[in-house]
Amino acid sequence: MGIEKNVLVTSLDWVINWSRKNSLFPVTFGLACCALEMMVASSAEYDIARFGAEVFRPSPRQSDLMIVAGTLTKKMAPIVRRIYEQMPNPKWVIAYGACASSGGIFRSYSVVQGVDQIIPVDVYIPGCPPRPEALLKGIIELQKKIQKESIKDRPLISLPGKSA
Amino acid sequence: MSDNSKLLEKIKQEAPGKVQVIPVPVGEPFAMVEKDDIREVLDYIKTARGLVFDMLVELFAVDYMGEEPRFEVVYILRSTKHNGRVIIKTKVGEEGLHTVSDLWPAADFLEREIYDMFGLPFANHPDLRRIYTDDDFVGHPLRKDFPLEGEDFDKPFVVNLEKEKAIDG
Repeated sequence: MGIEKNVLVTSLDWVINWSRKNSLFPVTFGLACCALEMMVASSAEYDIARFGAEVFRPSPRQSDLMIVAGTLTKKMAPIVRRIYEQMPNPKWVIAYGACASSGGIFRSYSVVQGVDQIIPVDVYIPGCPPRPEALLKGIIELQKKIQKESIKDRPLISLPGKSA
Repeated sequence: MSDNSKLLEKIKQEAPGKVQVIPVPVGEPFAMVEKDDIREVLDYIKTARGLVFDMLVELFAVDYMGEEPRFEVVYILRSTKHNGRVIIKTKVGEEGLHTVSDLWPAADFLEREIYDMFGLPFANHPDLRRIYTDDDFVGHPLRKDFPLEGEDFDKPFVVNLEKEKAIDG
């Protein structure tokens, strides 16, 4: 345990986090009207590709990022949880919009009052719905967060089911 | 709006069972049928000559809490043959009704919806289970005495993945 090892881990962290944060593949997945704003964010006008997050993967097995866009009903909650479990590590979650963050206007028997009740959330984006710029800002904030992480917390290789 | 009073009179005269035609000040008159006769009346007006109400447009329930019987089930029917439209209503308590999903397949999901939202069972329904709320849900949301936020609103929602796996097989 010398200073060399620490320096090596620090540098490795930086390189790995840099590559992780600039290739965030979101899973193709939307629950309600917020999903339309998410789609607009991937259009040429807003161009989410500038942040390396333009590849909306059709399978959760190939995704790093889950953008929960819209109202999460209790009927839908097990399905969302299952998609999250199917994503390989490392994985991050953005709660996009008021409903995903806190239940929003739906203070009701049928709506989960925030997706953080069923899956861990990294970034919350308020708004009803938030503009596409807000999603870009959220992705930038997530990138800042990823840059501060360590491979000790998120191993290089890990399979679904090991952590949650 | 088509004038359906002639059709309602015809139903009242011919249908097997006690049918009352109720006029309303504004809007469409409707037929009120006794709960025990509703199945036979609907069976008759689906096929009878000059009626042929072959399309079930809507089927829903209303909760008149405090009244006896408590619920009202409303059938809105249309005849594609004679271009007519009638509203048939019946009063019913907690005991529920006989299904009409064998007469109109559209009634299958609509009766499940009524069962889910009001808790009215339908006898002989092929697949009577909840349709909108999740399977573990307790209560019937459209009843007037159901609290808007439900029973467990303050507790965090828990996903039972073990049960999901059991469903997958």
